[in-house]
Amino acid sequence: MELSTLAQQLVNGIQSGAIYALIAVGYTMVYGILRMINFAHGEVYMVGALVAWLGTSRDWYGVVSHASTGGLVLLIATAMLVCMTLGVLIERLAYRPLRHAPRLIVLITAIGMSFLLQNLALILFGADPKTVPLTWRTVQLGGISVSLGQLVLLIASLSFMAGLQLLVKRTQFGRAMRAVSEDFQAAALMGVPYDRVIVGTFAIGAALAGAGGAMTAIFVGAPVTPTFGFMPGVKAFVSAVLGGIGNIPGAVLGGLLLGVIEALVGGNPTLSPFRDAVAFCLLIAVLLFRPAGLLGRAVQEKV
Amino acid sequence: MTWRKWLLWLMAMAIIVMLSACTSRPGGSAGGTGTAGSSGMVNPAARLAKRNAAKVVQPAPEPDQNRIVIGVYADLTGDNSTFGEETRNGVTLAVEEANRAGGVLGKPVVARFEDTRSDPQQARNVVTKLIQQERVLAVIGEVASTMSLAGGPICQKYGVPMISPSSTNPAVTDQGNYIFRVCFIDPFQGYVMAKFLAENLKVKRVAILYDNSSDYSKGLAEFFQQSFRKMGGEITDVLSYKPQDTDFRSQLTTIRAKNPEAIYIPGYYKSVGLIARQARELGIKVPLAGGDGWSSPKLVEGAGGPGKAIEGCYFSDHYAPDDPAPQIQEFVKKYRQRFGQTPGGLAALAYDAARVLFAAIEKAGKLDRAAIRDAIANTRNFPGVTGVITINEFGDADKSAVVLQVKGNRFVFVTRITPETATTAASARQVK
Repeated sequence: MELSTLAQQLVNGIQSGAIYALIAVGYTMVYGILRMINFAHGEVYMVGALVAWLGTSRDWYGVVSHASTGGLVLLIATAMLVCMTLGVLIERLAYRPLRHAPRLIVLITAIGMSFLLQNLALILFGADPKTVPLTWRTVQLGGISVSLGQLVLLIASLSFMAGLQLLVKRTQFGRAMRAVSEDFQAAALMGVPYDRVIVGTFAIGAALAGAGGAMTAIFVGAPVTPTFGFMPGVKAFVSAVLGGIGNIPGAVLGGLLLGVIEALVGGNPTLSPFRDAVAFCLLIAVLLFRPAGLLGRAVQEKV
Repeated sequence: MTWRKWLLWLMAMAIIVMLSACTSRPGGSAGGTGTAGSSGMVNPAARLAKRNAAKVVQPAPEPDQNRIVIGVYADLTGDNSTFGEETRNGVTLAVEEANRAGGVLGKPVVARFEDTRSDPQQARNVVTKLIQQERVLAVIGEVASTMSLAGGPICQKYGVPMISPSSTNPAVTDQGNYIFRVCFIDPFQGYVMAKFLAENLKVKRVAILYDNSSDYSKGLAEFFQQSFRKMGGEITDVLSYKPQDTDFRSQLTTIRAKNPEAIYIPGYYKSVGLIARQARELGIKVPLAGGDGWSSPKLVEGAGGPGKAIEGCYFSDHYAPDDPAPQIQEFVKKYRQRFGQTPGGLAALAYDAARVLFAAIEKAGKLDRAAIRDAIANTRNFPGVTGVITINEFGDADKSAVVLQVKGNRFVFVTRITPETATTAASARQVK
C-alpha cells in the first residue's frame, strides 16, 4: 500500500472511530456506575440523527437557515437536548424501577427498550431512508482528501470527549460520578445523591450519542432509518469493551482503534467482506485474553 | 466471584451474536445455493434439471372459489421500502383495473400484502401465512433476489404459482416449476452494463464495489466481471460492503489508488447514494454504474440531491418512463393520476406481473393452481408495459434492458440493449 493510501485510510478510520468513541463513552459511563449495558443507547444515537434530519428537511418558519454555521450549531444542540431528555426518560421509566432487580432483568429490559424505540421511529417517521440535504466541499491535504464535514465532525467529537474528561476529573459532579462508580453504597453513606448522579450520567451519555447521530447525519450524509443506530451501537459496545468497560479514555481509545482497524480491513480486497466479523472477533479475543480491556484494570472482586 | 463476571460477559456475547445474526441476513446461508448457482457459471442444463426436479410436497389449502385472492410479499418497511411501495402500487393498479373491467373470470380480485422488511426469515413466515391462512390462489413477489430465494421454495412446496416481478438472480426460478418471473436475469443485466461501458463509454478499466449480503449484488458483480473481461476490459479491484455500513471511504480509497475509469456498484439505492457522495468527497470523478437496484426515487436524494454526487451516472433498468411508446406513456399517466409519482421500473414490472397472472387465470378458466401454473408457463407475446413478455423454459422472461442516466431528479433513457441471441438462456451461455 502506498503511503498516501495508508494515510487516507487512517483518516477514514479515525473519523468513523470518533463516532464509535462518542457512543462508546455512553456505554462505558453507564456500565461504570450501574454495572449494566444500556442496549437502547444505539437508538438514542438514531434519534439524534432523526432530529438533525427533521431540522434540515423543512423550513421551521425560517428561524435560522440550517445551512449556516449558527443554524448547524443550534441543530446539533437541539439534538443533544432531545436525546438528553430521552436518556433521562429511559432511565426513569425503564431502569429505575428495576434498580434492585437482578442484572439479567435489566439487560432484557434494555433490549426491549431498544426495540421499542426502533419501532416508535418506524411508526412515526416510516422506513424510507432519510438524508440531510447538505453536501460538503473537499479539502486536499497532501495526497489526502478530507471533506469539510469530516473535519468538523472530527474536531467536534474530540472536543466533546476532552470536555467530558474535564467534567469527570475536575468538577463536583464528576467526583460524585467517580465515587458512585467506585462503590455506590459507600458513596450514598457519604451523602452523594446517587440517584441524581445516575440520571446525570444517562443525560450526558445520551447527549453525546445524540451529537454523534446528528453529526453523522449532517456531516457524513448517512441515510437515517429506524435501524440506523443498531450497528454503530454494537460497534461502540465492542469499542467500550476493547478499551476496558467502565473506563472513559479506554472507550475513546477503543473506538478510534476499532475505526482504524475497520478502515484497513475494509480497504483490503481479500478481507473487505469480513469487516464486521473482525469487530466481533476482536470482542471475543479481548474477552478471552484481556477481559479488563486495554486500559481497564483488573479489579479484585471482594467476596 | 469472578465466575459471575464471566457469566455476565457470556450472556452479553450471546446477545450480541443473536442480534448480529438478525442483521447479517441468514439468507446468506439459505441463499448459499443461490450464490453457488450465481457465481461462476450458469449452466442451462443444470438450471433446467434443478427447476424440474423440485416437486410439490404438500398441496396448499383450497383457494376461495368466490373471489380471486392473490398474495403479495414485498419490503414495505425495511431498507428497500421504496421497492415494496412501488410493487404494491403496481399490483394495486392492475387489481383495480381488473375489477373495474368486471373482475377475472367474472370474479372480484383481492390482493393481500405482506411485509418482509428485507429479512429472509420474515419472507418465509409471510409467504407461509399467505398460503396457509389467506389461502391465496397465487403469489407475487419479491423484488430482492435474496427474499425470493427465501419465499420461492415455500410456494413450490405447496404448489402455489409465484411470479417474481423483479428478482433478477438466475437461481430464483431454478427453485421449481411453480416459480416464474417477468423480468430478465442478471447474466444479461451484467452483460448490458459491461457492453455499455466498453462500447458506448469506451472504458477499459473498471473497479467493482458490491453488497456482500445480497445474492443479487454478488451475482451481478460476478456476471458483470465475466462479461467485461470477455470484452477485453480489466477489473482493477473487487471490494464489498454491507448495507448497514456508513463508511465506504476505506473501500473507495483502495479503488482510487488504481485510478479506474468507472466504478460498477451493483447494490441497492440506499447505500449507493452514500457511496457516490463519499467517492466524490475522495476526489473520484469517474462515472459510477449499477443495476436495477438503483431504480428508486430516493437514489438522488441519498446522494446529496439533484446535480450532486450521482449526476450523470448510469444504471441498467427494465423500462424508461420517458420512452414515448404508447403503452408506456399510458401506464405512466394512469400511475401518476393514482399515486402522484412517476413509476419506476419496479412499479411497471409489478403491474406486468399481476396482469400476466390475471391473463393466465383467464386462460386456465378455473381457480386451479396447477392449471394456472401451466397457463403462466405458456405465456407467449404478452404485451406488457416493460416489453413483450414470453416465458421461456426456465420460467424467465426474454426481454431487452435499457440504460438510464441520472439527470437532476430524473432517470433519462440513453440506450436499449437487446439479448444478442433469442433467449436469455443463450445469453447466459455466452457469458459463461
